[in-house]
Amino acid sequence: MTHTEFEARRKAAGRKSGFLKALTYLALSIWAVVVLFPFYWMVLTSVKSYSAYNSEYVPSFFTLSPTLDNYRQAFTAVPLGGYLLNTLIFAVITTAVMVVVSTLAAYAFARLRFRGRDFVFGLFLSMMMIPNELVVITNFVTITNLDMRNSFPGLILPSITSVFYIYLLKENFEQVPEELYKAAKVDGTSDLKYLWKVMVPICRPTIVTITILKLIECWNSYVWPRLITDDQAYFLVSNGIQQIREEGFGRENVPAMMAAVVVISVPLVLLFLAFRNKIMEGASRGGLKG
Amino acid sequence: MDRSSRKAWLYLLPAAALLAVFLVYPVIDVLIYSFEEGFNFASQSYWGTGWYNYSYVLHDPYFLQAVQNTFVLVIITVPVSTGLALAISAALASIRPLRNLYQTIYFLPYVTNTLAVGLVFMVLFQKTEYTDGLVNLMLRWFGAGPIDFINGPHWAKMFVLCFYTIWVVMPFKILVLTGALASVNPDYYKAARVDGTSRTRIFFRITLPMIAPMLVYLVITGFIGAFKAYSDAVALFGTDLNAAGMNTIVGYVYDMLYGDSGGYPSYASAAAIILFVIVLTITCINLLISRRVSEGGVHIQ
Repeated sequence: MTHTEFEARRKAAGRKSGFLKALTYLALSIWAVVVLFPFYWMVLTSVKSYSAYNSEYVPSFFTLSPTLDNYRQAFTAVPLGGYLLNTLIFAVITTAVMVVVSTLAAYAFARLRFRGRDFVFGLFLSMMMIPNELVVITNFVTITNLDMRNSFPGLILPSITSVFYIYLLKENFEQVPEELYKAAKVDGTSDLKYLWKVMVPICRPTIVTITILKLIECWNSYVWPRLITDDQAYFLVSNGIQQIREEGFGRENVPAMMAAVVVISVPLVLLFLAFRNKIMEGASRGGLKG
Repeated sequence: MDRSSRKAWLYLLPAAALLAVFLVYPVIDVLIYSFEEGFNFASQSYWGTGWYNYSYVLHDPYFLQAVQNTFVLVIITVPVSTGLALAISAALASIRPLRNLYQTIYFLPYVTNTLAVGLVFMVLFQKTEYTDGLVNLMLRWFGAGPIDFINGPHWAKMFVLCFYTIWVVMPFKILVLTGALASVNPDYYKAARVDGTSRTRIFFRITLPMIAPMLVYLVITGFIGAFKAYSDAVALFGTDLNAAGMNTIVGYVYDMLYGDSGGYPSYASAAAIILFVIVLTITCINLLISRRVSEGGVHIQ
């Protein structure tokens, strides 16, 4: 092969890979549009005025006269503020209790010596296979019999436990060198103090990850709250949005509905942008959906 | 029991107590419920034990409709979403600039409220007397007639449900596959390039076998997730899924338990156990097939 021949071939290959690259970017951009478009559409619709929206037989892709009127209506015509507050209370308490309970259990599995530890841990792991759909029926009956329907304890109690997070924490705790524990024992440090002063600070990244994942899970939970609440005063956002859809603003007020959807979605999107790497890393270790 | 054992159990107590009450007891209880015939919720009494609940559920046209819908959903969404995610992840792995941006965008559906964003899809696909909706506008560009995807023919509703389900499950699959692709040892690629192997050949002979375990994992979790579909359908078609003809198995369980058609925990239990058996069977079949494929099909060390 002569030198010029080689050059010509190299150039052709370069052109071909350049074309391929452009095609790749085009395909990736198309999927990005598919993902982003619903978000664009909900924000766009939420700032269109009611009359403008309903007079558009052919929907337009932008608006020249945005209005915040729909947001005002979303908060006044339906108790959206109440739904948000309920969800916040539910998510924060559930997550906080879950983190404490899981940390204690994970510590027992990782550091404390007791008979049958591996057996009990295996038992815990096997519980990961129990699908939620199977236990929700009895839990519904239990909570109803305890007269805890339409109450925060009824919402929170069955939502706390998560075997998977105990497992994640235990794995992380075990990576902390055992020498630290022995040294602390020699110094006469109590287990609780060692857990709080040494283990928790070292394993903070994992704890933050499970906290965020659980917050997201709580914010989006729908099935259990729907079963256990029929009083609007205790609705979470998912049930609230369903209520809005079914009777809310009168079926046709789509802009106000979209305003409510934006209000519900914004906290999660902000949380995601702030903790992008933690959320993606945590999700890849054990997804909630998919 | 010695002191340290007692302390360990104290640490375990909150978690163990909650799990016992809300996870272990319910699993046993749901089995019992499913065999108690004519269970009355108010008086907590029943008139017999046997297979009647299962027989009732299996003869209920709503349940059969739900099973049919669920299977269609599973058969369409699992292969499509996994294949699409594989293509997108492979494309992502081949570029450098903007990769992070794309990854962030693709992950967004994961952190959104299924019910809330489902409403947006409903608005996009719905045809009302005021507007044909955006999707129908686009269909018209290609000369296709307006179709009501939300209240119209069954296949159109199924299409929207599949589309939305795929949109929702893609982030997790892309995330896992991007991770798997990144973990393939680059030496294999270098060696292949030295040998002048073509791109397609590299993909099928090196990339695919290396990420096969992750694909199997995604297919299995995908099957399980799709069999439990429910809130996506509620988001699109409202809570009365039976009337819309779009109920899923999980939806049937909850409808039996609560709501306008509810109050039958025994039927709900029987349906839930049937679902569990289906999922377990499919998962076992998946595992068997994947084992056979990895033993007999590809040999790469």
